[in-house]
Amino acid sequence: MPVTDPSPALQAAVEPDEAALAERFERTVAAEERIEPRDWMPEAYRKTLIRQIAQHAHSEIIGMQPEGNWITRAPSLRRKAILLAKVQDEAGHGLYLYSAAETLGVDRAELLDLLHAGRQKYSSIFNYPTPTWADVGAIGWLVDGAAIVNQVPITRCSYGPYARAMVRICKEESFHQRQGFEILHHLSSGTPEQHAMAQDAVDRWWWPSLMMFGPPDDASPNSARSMAWKIKRFSNDELRQRFVDMAVPQAEALGLTLPDPELRWDAESGHYRFGAIDWTEFHEVLRGNGPCNALRVEHRVRAHEEGAWVREAADAYAAKHAARAGAEVAA
Amino acid sequence: MSAEVRAEGGHGAVPVEGVATGTPTPTRASRRDWPLWEVFVRGRRGLAHTHVGSLHAPDATMALRNARDVYTRRQEGVSLWVVPAAAITASSPDERDPFFAPAADKAYRHPTFYEVPEGVQHL
Ligand SMILES: [Fe+2]
Ligand SMILES: [Fe+2]
Repeated sequence: MPVTDPSPALQAAVEPDEAALAERFERTVAAEERIEPRDWMPEAYRKTLIRQIAQHAHSEIIGMQPEGNWITRAPSLRRKAILLAKVQDEAGHGLYLYSAAETLGVDRAELLDLLHAGRQKYSSIFNYPTPTWADVGAIGWLVDGAAIVNQVPITRCSYGPYARAMVRICKEESFHQRQGFEILHHLSSGTPEQHAMAQDAVDRWWWPSLMMFGPPDDASPNSARSMAWKIKRFSNDELRQRFVDMAVPQAEALGLTLPDPELRWDAESGHYRFGAIDWTEFHEVLRGNGPCNALRVEHRVRAHEEGAWVREAADAYAAKHAARAGAEVAA
Repeated sequence: MSAEVRAEGGHGAVPVEGVATGTPTPTRASRRDWPLWEVFVRGRRGLAHTHVGSLHAPDATMALRNARDVYTRRQEGVSLWVVPAAAITASSPDERDPFFAPAADKAYRHPTFYEVPEGVQHL
């Protein structure tokens, strides 16, 4: 029997109405099952994920720049090979994430356009400069460290493709953090100048790393919906505290201090207490007034435009071979 | 400061208001990018190829090379397949397809369905 489109009346009877679909979606999420690309999902859920995954992907590839800045000047061949591998990983992370975003029905090419046009953003942490080699260490230890704390819970995100991408990313991140820690450890136990260089980098990166977790919970009203959808698992403040508790003993092992006079162990709560964060600086950077905002986007656009000939050549090559294969089949 | 910021994604705080979320692509034909390829990796000899993700490439050769660089940087595989995503036929637009319903009421297909007297072994 040939299959034809059912009549509209029949179709209405067969297709569950939106309320039923929504209920099934809620039930799936509540049961800790994953939502997959072809499942029905609320439009706001789809939009939230596109925004989050796209901006996460942008952060990965923009994040290549502050460190890429040091590849040609790494102090040894060993360090250079490690840094190359690390920066290449970040490109890979971007690709895993663009591929996850595309399962939601958007085009990677369009997401890149939106980044280039400033209509989508990336994490403001990458708008700080990397003036010394110790910055590469501080980024690995603190920035990748904070990213790990943020990313591990996303491996259990309700959206399957995002969660799976995050499993791959988290596996790769631990090397990033360790190589940064190692750089700082070597500098810290080196000459007084090297020690001072390590301390200076940590002094500059500590507070921006804490800001990576976002504003305090009481200033982040819409997080609740992402929590209900199980996209976000822990609040900004919870994750920030987790990071501080891990970083303080590590700083001691490095022989470096953290630039916070109020930092102290609180035996009662079992946590380190830290001083107030200066959010005005954070908002300035976010508004586009950070030290490197314009530079990062300009560089990205230039890389994209100057790489156009490579994409065109690959296209031409593919077209030529497809034509040849077609001719052989015809012959 | 009115625009809300949230620690979304891996590297934390990004704006969540006034951010474009792209236009849904109605058809594959409208894609500006290279064709999409699904990537499968055989982790080691004796294992089946497993889906690991996707990528864009102009042709199969480039898709394989890119898949190697993106998905096997740490010896994750000994063999790679790339398949044009457009060539895949899927069961239905929903992962909870009634297509699979016939299997739901056939518990007798599983060994645990059967009662075995106590003490009987190797069954
Ligand atoms: Fe990353
Ligand atoms: Fe990283």
